[in-house]
Amino acid sequence: MTAVAERAPAPAYLRHDKPLWRRVLLRTDTALLVVLIAVILWATVSVPFFAQPFTYSTVLLAMAPILLMVPPVTLIVVTGEIDLSVGSVLGVSSAIFGLLVQHGLPLALAAIVSVLAGSLIGALNGLLVTVLGVPSLAVTIGTLALFRGVAVGLLGTTAITSFPGDAATWLRANIGNLAVPRIILVVVVVAVLFGVVLHATTAGRGIFAIGLSSETALFSGVAVNRTKLLLFVASGTVAALTGVLFTLLYSNAIGTNGIGLELQVVTAIVLGGVSIWGGRGTLFGAIVGALLIGVLSKALQLLNVGSDVIGVITGGALILSVVVASVAGFVSRRRRTAAVVQPSGGP
Amino acid sequence: MTVTRTPEPALSPAQVSARPSLLETVLRAREITLVVLILLLVAVTTARHHDFLFSSDGWRELLRQPAILILIGVGEAMVIITRNIDVSVGSILGLTTYFAGWLFHNVAGIPIVVVVACAVLMGALLGLFNGVLVAFLNVPSLVITLGTLYAYRGIAVLWIGGDFIRSSWLPANFKHLGTAAVFSIPVLLLAVLVVVLLVGWFMTSRRSGRDLYAVGSNPEAAVLYGLRTRPVVLLTFVASGALAGLAGIVYLAIYATGDSHVGSGYELQAVAAAVVGGVAIVGGSGTIWGVALGAFFLATISSALPVLGIPSLWQQAVVGIFIVLAITLDRVLAIRRTRAAIAQRRLG
Amino acid sequence: MRKPAVRPPLSPLNHTKGNPVTSPKSVRRRWLGSVAAVAASSLLITGCASSSGGGSSSSSGGSSGGGVDGKTVVFIPKSLGNKYFQASDKGGKTAVEEFKGKFQEVGPTEASPTAQSSFIQTATQQQAGAIVLAANDPNAVCADLKAAQQAGVKVVTFDSDTKCRDLFINQVTVQGVADGLVDLMGKHLNGTGKVGIESGGPNATNLNAWVDAIKATMAKKYPNVQIVDVVYGNDVDADSYNAAKGLIQNHPDLNGIIAPDSVAVKEAGHFLSDSPQYQGKVWLTGLGLPSELKDYVHSGVIEQFGLWNPEDLGFLAAYAAKALMAGDIKGKEGDKFEAGKLGSYTVGKDGEVVLGPLKVFDKSNVDQFSF
Repeated sequence: MTAVAERAPAPAYLRHDKPLWRRVLLRTDTALLVVLIAVILWATVSVPFFAQPFTYSTVLLAMAPILLMVPPVTLIVVTGEIDLSVGSVLGVSSAIFGLLVQHGLPLALAAIVSVLAGSLIGALNGLLVTVLGVPSLAVTIGTLALFRGVAVGLLGTTAITSFPGDAATWLRANIGNLAVPRIILVVVVVAVLFGVVLHATTAGRGIFAIGLSSETALFSGVAVNRTKLLLFVASGTVAALTGVLFTLLYSNAIGTNGIGLELQVVTAIVLGGVSIWGGRGTLFGAIVGALLIGVLSKALQLLNVGSDVIGVITGGALILSVVVASVAGFVSRRRRTAAVVQPSGGP
Repeated sequence: MTVTRTPEPALSPAQVSARPSLLETVLRAREITLVVLILLLVAVTTARHHDFLFSSDGWRELLRQPAILILIGVGEAMVIITRNIDVSVGSILGLTTYFAGWLFHNVAGIPIVVVVACAVLMGALLGLFNGVLVAFLNVPSLVITLGTLYAYRGIAVLWIGGDFIRSSWLPANFKHLGTAAVFSIPVLLLAVLVVVLLVGWFMTSRRSGRDLYAVGSNPEAAVLYGLRTRPVVLLTFVASGALAGLAGIVYLAIYATGDSHVGSGYELQAVAAAVVGGVAIVGGSGTIWGVALGAFFLATISSALPVLGIPSLWQQAVVGIFIVLAITLDRVLAIRRTRAAIAQRRLG
Repeated sequence: MRKPAVRPPLSPLNHTKGNPVTSPKSVRRRWLGSVAAVAASSLLITGCASSSGGGSSSSSGGSSGGGVDGKTVVFIPKSLGNKYFQASDKGGKTAVEEFKGKFQEVGPTEASPTAQSSFIQTATQQQAGAIVLAANDPNAVCADLKAAQQAGVKVVTFDSDTKCRDLFINQVTVQGVADGLVDLMGKHLNGTGKVGIESGGPNATNLNAWVDAIKATMAKKYPNVQIVDVVYGNDVDADSYNAAKGLIQNHPDLNGIIAPDSVAVKEAGHFLSDSPQYQGKVWLTGLGLPSELKDYVHSGVIEQFGLWNPEDLGFLAAYAAKALMAGDIKGKEGDKFEAGKLGSYTVGKDGEVVLGPLKVFDKSNVDQFSF
């Protein structure tokens, strides 16, 4: 770091006690990326039929709804809150979209209305959390139940299936020669958008600050309540968008669309190294976490492992990841305390 | 939590001289509100169809139905009061229900008491796993119990496959428990009431029971004054699992069947029962009686709505509305209480 | 000199600039670097995979005509852990082993519309000879089935149909179910009375088709029997029990319940045996498994109910798949094929093959079956 002779050495508080390579490699999301690549390599070699473009396109297709909902929920989790209503918002938006299309509304208009509905639900969540101060776990469990009920009530016994078929085909088709379905374009846009906000803007730094200590953040000038409200609205909006896309992808609007997805989103986020207490983690890690789940499930399915066993493995991986993180944190804390206790050479 | 609310000062309600209105007192007493709501609901439904209450099976159903939800609600409340959450109760219930049925089928002449003990023990062990990880490794309970939700359900499907408990597996006297009644009160409900009384007494009158509230209101303070928080947290998860195990037995007694999907979705209902019963998600408050009443209320809604003619498809939404209302009401009342206490502090 | 491990706090004025760990530029750089790494490695692997042709993704799964030896037949039920489908899959396994194919059973743990997608994709990838599917939804998996068909995999549906398939094995015709159940109820009520219907999940194609046909047939054959309500038990024990209870309590003059769903009829029977005052007043019939309804038949709560043999259904479906794989038939109306011990079958309209008429169970035969 003092390579060029002319430059003054960096001030003490900017120097690091560990070299760059250790800092990069020992980050959780880098480790996770290594695990993902290792799993892909292992599967390519030892799982029959894995090494096909079809594998990647189907994994991406299956994970697309989760991948879409991960970025906004990650930002919410980083602030120390949580949003468990995303699956129900998906369901409601799917129901509204289906009903509007069935009644003859043009696709684009129906989509906009459905997405707006999601934004409103997000605003409801956000207002209850910021204005009333109700814990987000409670609020979103309540809206999860309420809007799932609304979705089921709206659609009744009908599954609406009359959607233009070419929408589904277009979304599923691969981009050019890559094994990547077109719907991933939306995923990339959303992920980049939220990633940039989280990691490269002042607002993003504010989000981390809120997660670490919302009082300190408030006194540092971060608009805590407004930020949280906006994040919940964003989450509702993206979940509703996912609902529209999901409906088009499967040409199917039904009251049970999206049940359980919120748990998979949280699983992916936690697996990706984002701390559920808030303040730590990267969006990249969360996305890698989601991809890891998708790839592992596909590889195990190709090995004819039953979905019940896959459920046990997913649960086990989740538990293991937080246990490892906790133990690692414990160990590094011990080491740091020991280092402080040891006499340093200087005055 | 937002930062615009000041932390609630530790004043007892008696010290607040500004007298709250009667409405507020009643509303604050969540238990009273729930009793009123339950009576209203039953009255309206019975007015529509006398059979709901005034028939032998209507009365029995009314009292028997909530038994399962009360048990898992109480267990969940204990966990939530200590500022944790347990979403694996549904999967635990599923496993213990089948385990109990399996025991009856494969161990000839096994006494009912032994089966009950085994089911409770199994639930306790499954809860212990959760508890050890949360209490001793300081990992977030939402994540751990989410993992065990998947894992235990997967184990259930692996073990049970497509098998299911047949009514013929169960001894006649066990099946009789499902409908037996003492002075027309179902035996099952009586058993559940005994459990609720025990737990409630423990939480209010015993020091170790009060410790749950201490740990939940302010874990750091609890540690600072020497409370050993880890055994307390561990206990709540073991209790939650054990109660889910007992709920599995009750399920078996009521429905005389069970397969690999039993209990799916119950965790959400357990949390709902706790929340509607006045337990705050941040922990530190709520009573067991409130939770029992909350569970009773929610279970009664589920059986009353079909009779009230509300399309079965909208029932979930109705329950959801009550959950959101309960949460909001709790929070509004807490804010008013804080404001009153601050006002009192300024005056005095 | 050892640097202290604890760093003094960063100045709030420049906590975004210049700090190598957390400055936006360095984070962005690292982020972009990792993204590039993932993109590069995945392109590399995908490129390797497609160019080496390891796993011919586009070649047909089965050569036309000739033997079916060793071809895999993948059974995908609505969900794992469902006794009805365990029976049908058992029948399928017997058949597949008879014609020397390879049997596989995969499925999701919960029966949701899109959950079967990934299993269909996996079967396609593994170049299965045929997929035999009981669909949770008539449309949701169509795109995946089309992709499977394009890859040469034969698609046979049974019990619950979808579009985009080669053949559909129906256990009984929809009208057959309606006729059977309506006759059972109508005769017992002597042509007058009030009847409720308890179904399973509100979205299941086959259930909805049966309910509609039952209503229409009842109106035609027994116009004085009134269908007063339809309730749903969602294929869940507790919900079905409550639905039956609600139905009876909501219509105190109810004379009968038709429950064309195995969980619904079982739980309705359970409620009736718990409530002796309704036995004799409310007459229950429907479609259910003999193993689950045995006790109720012997105690008199249910006198007669209908079903088919799910093992035979799976057996027939497997043989239909075999005929398609071997190229003996194409799935057109009039095609004939052999189904082992079940005999010879002809394909009807729309690629539908019907197993047979509704079988009525009562005290005399309910103990004979293991499903």
